[in-house]
Amino acid sequence: MRGRDDEWTDLMRSANAGDSVAYHRLLKSVTPVLRAGARQGLSRAGQPPDQAEDIVQDILLAVHLKRQTWDANAPFAPWLFAIARNKLIDALRRRGRRVFVNIDDFAETIPSELPAETLPTVEISNYLADLPPRQRDVLRSIAVESASIKTTASKLSMTEGAVRVALHRGLASLAAKLRKD
Amino acid sequence: MDTDRLIQTLAADNDQRPRPVSTQLAMALLVTLPVVAAMLLVTLGIRPDFMSAMRNPFFDTKFLVTLALAIPAIVISVHLSKPEASLGRWIWLLLLSPFILIVALIVEMAMPQRTSMMMRIIGRNSSLCSAAITLLSLPILGGAMIALRHGAPSRPAVAGALAGLMSAGLGATFYAAHCTDDSPLFVATWYTLAALVVAGLGAAIGSKVLRY
Repeated sequence: MRGRDDEWTDLMRSANAGDSVAYHRLLKSVTPVLRAGARQGLSRAGQPPDQAEDIVQDILLAVHLKRQTWDANAPFAPWLFAIARNKLIDALRRRGRRVFVNIDDFAETIPSELPAETLPTVEISNYLADLPPRQRDVLRSIAVESASIKTTASKLSMTEGAVRVALHRGLASLAAKLRKD
Repeated sequence: MDTDRLIQTLAADNDQRPRPVSTQLAMALLVTLPVVAAMLLVTLGIRPDFMSAMRNPFFDTKFLVTLALAIPAIVISVHLSKPEASLGRWIWLLLLSPFILIVALIVEMAMPQRTSMMMRIIGRNSSLCSAAITLLSLPILGGAMIALRHGAPSRPAVAGALAGLMSAGLGATFYAAHCTDDSPLFVATWYTLAALVVAGLGAAIGSKVLRY
C-alpha cells in the first residue's frame, strides 16, 4: 500500500500544480479502490451493492470540490478515505441506516478484489436536468458528449472562460443536489 | 453518467482551484471586522474614559480573555475544515481563555472590594452586554460560515460551534471597548453567556450549511 499511497500523493501534487493529466490518472487510480470500499460498506450494512457506483461518484465529486482542504505536505490516502467514509455514512443514512462505517472498508481493499466493471448510475444524470440552463448545457456537452472545453465554447457560443466557470458551478450544484436528497 | 465520463469532466475542471480555507477565512474576517467596528462606533461607541481605563489591569484582562478565545477558535476552525481532522487535543487550546478568567477571578477575590459580589456580577450594563456581544458577533459568524463552507469538516456541528466561539470572541473584543464593567465576575457571567449562545447558534447553522 505504501507505494500506491506515495504515487497518489505525487499525482495530487502535480494536479495542484496544474497538471490535468496527472489529475485524471489519480482519479482513475482511486476509483476501483473507492468502488470496492463502497460495495463492502453496503454489504456490511445489509444493502445491495447496486448503489455503489452512485456513492463512488458522490465521493469523486467531493474529492474534486474539496481538494483545497488537502495539505500538500500530508499523505493523500488518509484524506481521501476520510471523505469516502463520510460520503458512505451519508449514503447509508439517507437509506435510513444508522451504521458505523469502518475506515478499513476503504483503506484495506486489496487490488485483486477490485471490481473492474462500472454499474449503471441514475442519480447524477437525473439531477443534470434540474440545473440552470447554462450549467446544464456545458455539463451535457463535456460530461455526456465528451466534448472539450474549446469545442463546447464554440458550440454554445460562449468564451472558454465562461465555459470553465459554468462547468465548475455546475459540478458544485450537482454536489449540492446530491447532498440535499 | 458513467464514472469514466465524470472523471474526464472533473479533470477538465482542474484549472478551477478554490483557495485554501485559511485564505477564505482571512478574507471573511478582513471584510466583517471593520463592519463590526463601525457597528460599535455608530451605536454604542467606546467608553469615554477608554484611555485612563487602559491603566486598570482588569479592563485589559477583558481583551486578553476574549482574544484568548477568538484566536484558538480561528486556528481550530481552520484545522477542522480538513476531512480527516478531529478535535482531539486541540480542545485544550480552548481552555486558555477560561484559565485566564479564573486567574483574574482569584486575583480579584484576594483584593479588598468596595462592592458586593452580586453587585459586581450585575454590573452597570448586564442587560445590554450579552445581547450586544451576540449582535456584534453575527456579521462575523455569517462571514466565517461562508468561508468555512469551502472546507470539509467531518462533524459540521462542531465546526459550526467553533465558528461561533470565534465570532463571539471577536465580537466581545469589540464590545469590551464599550463595556464599563471590568470585574472578572461580570465577564465570567455575561461574556460567557453570549459566547455560549453564539456557539449554539453556530452549531445549529453549521450542522446545516457546513455539510459537504
